[in-house]
Amino acid sequence: MIKHRLFWPLCVLAGLLLFNLIYSPDFFSIKMRDGHLYGSLIDILNFGSPLILVAIGMTLVIATSGIDLSVGSVVAITGAMACLSISRSADQNALMTILIAVASALLLSALLGLWNGLLVAGFGIQPIIATLILMVAGRGIAQLITNGQIITVLSPKYQYIGAGSLFTLPFSIFIVAVMFAAASLLTRKTALGLFIESVGCKPTASRLAGIRSRTVMLAVYMFCGLCAGMAGLILSSNVSSADGNNAGLWYELDAILAVVIGGTSLNGGRFYLTGTLIGALIIQTLTTTIYMVGVPPEITLVVKAVVVLAVCLVQSDKFRGLLRGRGGRGKAGNYPANREVNPHA
Amino acid sequence: MLKRQYVPLLVTVGLFILLFAAGSFRYTGFFSLQVLMNLLIDNSFLLIAAVGMTFVIVSGGIDLSVGSMIALTTMISASLLQQGWPPYIVIPLVLSLGILFGTTLGAMIHYFNIQPFIATLAGMFLARGLCYVISINTITIDNAFYTTMAQTKIRLPGNTFVSISVIIALLVVALGIYVAHYTRFGRNTYAVGGNEQSALLMGLPVARTKIMVYGFSGLCSSLAGVVFTFYMLSGYGLHASGMELDVIAAVVIGGTLLTGGVGFVFGTFFGVMIQGVIQTIISFEGTLSSWWTRIVIGVLLLLFILLQKLLGERRLAERS
Repeated sequence: MIKHRLFWPLCVLAGLLLFNLIYSPDFFSIKMRDGHLYGSLIDILNFGSPLILVAIGMTLVIATSGIDLSVGSVVAITGAMACLSISRSADQNALMTILIAVASALLLSALLGLWNGLLVAGFGIQPIIATLILMVAGRGIAQLITNGQIITVLSPKYQYIGAGSLFTLPFSIFIVAVMFAAASLLTRKTALGLFIESVGCKPTASRLAGIRSRTVMLAVYMFCGLCAGMAGLILSSNVSSADGNNAGLWYELDAILAVVIGGTSLNGGRFYLTGTLIGALIIQTLTTTIYMVGVPPEITLVVKAVVVLAVCLVQSDKFRGLLRGRGGRGKAGNYPANREVNPHA
Repeated sequence: MLKRQYVPLLVTVGLFILLFAAGSFRYTGFFSLQVLMNLLIDNSFLLIAAVGMTFVIVSGGIDLSVGSMIALTTMISASLLQQGWPPYIVIPLVLSLGILFGTTLGAMIHYFNIQPFIATLAGMFLARGLCYVISINTITIDNAFYTTMAQTKIRLPGNTFVSISVIIALLVVALGIYVAHYTRFGRNTYAVGGNEQSALLMGLPVARTKIMVYGFSGLCSSLAGVVFTFYMLSGYGLHASGMELDVIAAVVIGGTLLTGGVGFVFGTFFGVMIQGVIQTIISFEGTLSSWWTRIVIGVLLLLFILLQKLLGERRLAERS
């Protein structure tokens, strides 16, 4: 059972929850108020939903041995775009306005994902660098859209996306559930998942085997952009405003962290969506726990750093070998940096 | 015959001259030696950090902890000075902390096969978090030595001046060029970045080189932090937030390949200068907002990466 890949992430999550239970016994209590469910667990799911969404997209990108650094910027851009088009319209609460705003923002996020995909698959640029461009420029674009200010919208219908509730649960949880189910079904019940993993192992070999590597990569980056776009909508609608400078800041790092904690290797070729889900929940639970214990929230970063290091060390063959006293058995020099030395190989 | 490896370098230098000329034609008062000197004064810390980053990227890695390390250095310096520690202890202390920090990251990357991206990401979180552990507020510095360093102007011919930080930065650049091209460590770095496996088979000290590269980057970022402290005269956890991106962008615009093995410290110098010129032009323009800087830098990044790609493909075509 220890061998199971979800064992350690689940242990961490269980440990965190156990700590919360001991620290404050009413952590698990869920109350019914005005037809909505309230409680820390619901909060974790609700506030964690944008992160889970971004991490789902990121998992697939990392599975193709890529990485998408631009998700944070895409979050900011889509939030800004949606809020701008709503604030420009005459009736901010008209259903048509909201639908057009949401659709255009999602379209834009898919296009941004496509742009990343084109750079990676079309021009063969290293993913880190290709998406770094949008990461740097994207914040500028988001601020350009909002004109450097925080756009506030007054629209209960738009607010529903991030703060509304359906069947007594926050609506955002349903968005996440649908996206997660869609991603799992598409990748595990069709051959798509196998294609993605095969492209992640070796794009050239996959192409020779008859897989359209480039199309798969384009699709994956578009999907990641779309996920980030949805997260952007949830985040901006939750606070009914768009902040080009701070929305989605450091999201790319949290998402990558969630993916790595979930057991997906950054080398690509394998991915575990359930692991990612647990990884994202661990991060959100950690944040909630830190707030609850009353430690200054800034120290979250230190804790995060320790978690990243611990997870990385546990995943490292050499370190485990060292713990067992058998010495390292990891092959030297199996990093992406090393493997990317000759992208034409 | 011009070697192909110098083409990105020439493009960088050419672009800098072009941007500066464009600014000079468009705005009165732009074309002066002092504007050029101000580029150095305002970007000296960026320059120092970028030299360290060049080595890391040439070795085939990446260091995301630069910006946070700068912040941590300003924070530690400020809090120690506040408690009455003398500068001649504080500065060597923060520099050695930087080396220790970088070396630890390098050792983790090498011995435990953790991707540089993730390991330095953890370093970034850790350093930024430690800043807040020290204090969440700004700590101002009124130490005599620091204010002297901040305010001393070194007169140059042509009625211009530079700060002491500029001298430090230029020395670091000179040292970087020397180490990269005239020492064994420099050659090893290029070899490891070109192909780690080959470097190992050739009997080069891969482990030592990789760890030292990150140690050097740590030293550079803590030195950049010291210079940044001179510049800001305060310690604050939000200082230099996101600066790692500026540094990486400067290195790439300077013609260093992010795949490793190819790059010049000299190019990095001009990469930093190009960023400075863009900022200066935008501030001279007045109507353009600061976020245009990021967009322009993003576009430049794209152009340079495409250019490198083009050159790389031609080189490959010739070889086959």
